[in-house]
Amino acid sequence: MMKLRFLGVIAVTFAVLLTGCAKKPVEQKAVATQAPPPAPTPPPAPPKGPAPDSIEYFNTVVGNLVQFAYDKYDLDAASQAKLAGQATWLKQYPNRTLTIEGHCDERGTREYNLGLGDRRANSVKQYLIAQGVAANRVKTISYGKERPLCVSSDEACWAKNRRGTSVVQ
Amino acid sequence: MKNTMTHLARRQFLQALPAAAALPLVLSASEAFAQVRLDITRGRVEPMPIAVPAFAGGSDDLKQMGKDVGDVIAKDLERSGLFRPLDPKAFLQDLSSLDVQPRFTDWRTLAAQALVQGSVDQQPNGQVRVAFRLWDVFGGQQMEGKGYGTDPANWRRVAHMIADLIYTTITGESGYFDTRIVYIAESGPAINRVKRLAIMDQDGANHRYLTDGSALVLTPRFSPTGPEITYLSYFRNVPRVYLFNIDTGRQEVLGDFPGMTYAPRFSPDGNSVTFAAALNGNSDIYTMDLRTRRMSRLTEHPAIDTSPCYSPKGDQLTFASDRGGSQQIYVMNADGTNQQRISFGNGRGRYGTPVWSPRGDLVAFTRYATSDGNFYIGVMKPDGSGERLLAQGFLVEAPTWSPNGRVLMYFAQSPNGGRTRLFSIDLTGYNQREIVTPQDASDPAWSPLSP
Repeated sequence: MMKLRFLGVIAVTFAVLLTGCAKKPVEQKAVATQAPPPAPTPPPAPPKGPAPDSIEYFNTVVGNLVQFAYDKYDLDAASQAKLAGQATWLKQYPNRTLTIEGHCDERGTREYNLGLGDRRANSVKQYLIAQGVAANRVKTISYGKERPLCVSSDEACWAKNRRGTSVVQ
Repeated sequence: MKNTMTHLARRQFLQALPAAAALPLVLSASEAFAQVRLDITRGRVEPMPIAVPAFAGGSDDLKQMGKDVGDVIAKDLERSGLFRPLDPKAFLQDLSSLDVQPRFTDWRTLAAQALVQGSVDQQPNGQVRVAFRLWDVFGGQQMEGKGYGTDPANWRRVAHMIADLIYTTITGESGYFDTRIVYIAESGPAINRVKRLAIMDQDGANHRYLTDGSALVLTPRFSPTGPEITYLSYFRNVPRVYLFNIDTGRQEVLGDFPGMTYAPRFSPDGNSVTFAAALNGNSDIYTMDLRTRRMSRLTEHPAIDTSPCYSPKGDQLTFASDRGGSQQIYVMNADGTNQQRISFGNGRGRYGTPVWSPRGDLVAFTRYATSDGNFYIGVMKPDGSGERLLAQGFLVEAPTWSPNGRVLMYFAQSPNGGRTRLFSIDLTGYNQREIVTPQDASDPAWSPLSP
């Protein structure tokens, strides 16, 4: 978990830096006065970004988190799109396996949340299997409300904590 | 696996007890002190004034032990909310003359209704003998009296046993002072909490940790018959139910399941453990016979069925399930038949962690009220009637019964990752107390009365 959060922080910082650069009007003008840019190379990955087969790439570019509504375990369209991306990535890198962690907010008893977290993790797993990922590449574990991402007692934080986290091995 | 006798001090004491045993002093007939009675079944009672002077002792060591014994007894009685131990500074009669004969006029002046008089004596075999008499001050009659031979190191436990006997004599109910609490000690940041199994006496003494915090552990529960705990451990990141022998430290995983097992509790005879097992996202309730290792599946439903708990007779179980759309409490027969919903809450509450009272008359629960967003600890009859809410908070959870079914302990968590602490409250809804622990604490479980 510590490692994941750490990577997340790096990714966010990186993204902020990129955005900061792109918004500078001076540079845009400079570019505009240049000759037409060369045709983009086939893999348009930025040279400093994570390698496409890396865990960092999966976590930050593909996206390793899906959210759930209160006391629910069904996947909305955004979550399904993200999981389709996870499935594509897994098929591309067949040596990778996943552990899906199911997590809950603090507004439930410990034991019920363990069951709910298990249900959420399996909801993610079943979706990946339906997308063609082999079942034996995906494990699940429920943490119930034991490993929150944030600790504010408000809906924004609770929504963040209701999640399925795909951890790549 | 059960009742493994070891060399721990606690066990030594138990072995010593039959030999030196319970020597009754003068046990008078019981007709004279009907007035020194507390009916604790009728809501709030006025605490009874009681005098608990230091127990008399010959040497300096014994004097100190006598003072400590009296102190532990007085604190037990005070925390129960049923007694008001009087300030020893006000006592008129000195210890040496009290040891000969109480001067009841002196104690009546202080308005003490009961008087505990005791002594600690050295025995030739290295043991000490702790003896006490409980006096009805107004009648001038002895209500109870008993002596205990014990290793000197076990003085605390004897004090709790005496407090239990005083409680029983005056209330007519069995006591709960000679008991222990197992719970989860919490430390570190809320997003990456370190949780350890910990155990302590009911009054917080003799605290120790049973696990080192390297694995996440949750929901410990005492065996009703032996020095054993069942709990959930994430050892090697695989959440499974374990058995843990407190005396030997021996641990073993319960059964061999492909998925998570959790929410364990012993059956009342200690021979089985019931728990929830999750498979492909679906949790159902199972029970395993610890002698034969035979497993039975009790529920088979696509809902989350969890938090099973046997009735004290062992003929029924209560459990939580969201099969009705939201999490509610159900009861069923011990073979899984006749599953009936008992909690409704006018559709404005989710109910969990049902725990059957040792008396069998009530089920304690955690309720999350969707109307106000608060959590409650409450009780209802096993048929779902007579719901009463006893404690309330941002998050209160996981009631556990005192062995006499008169007190509930639970944990309360403050918002925004704030403190998590243990509290107790009487079944009457009065006498809420914090159970002070060295660190944050959750998931308390009360032991039975020590054998």
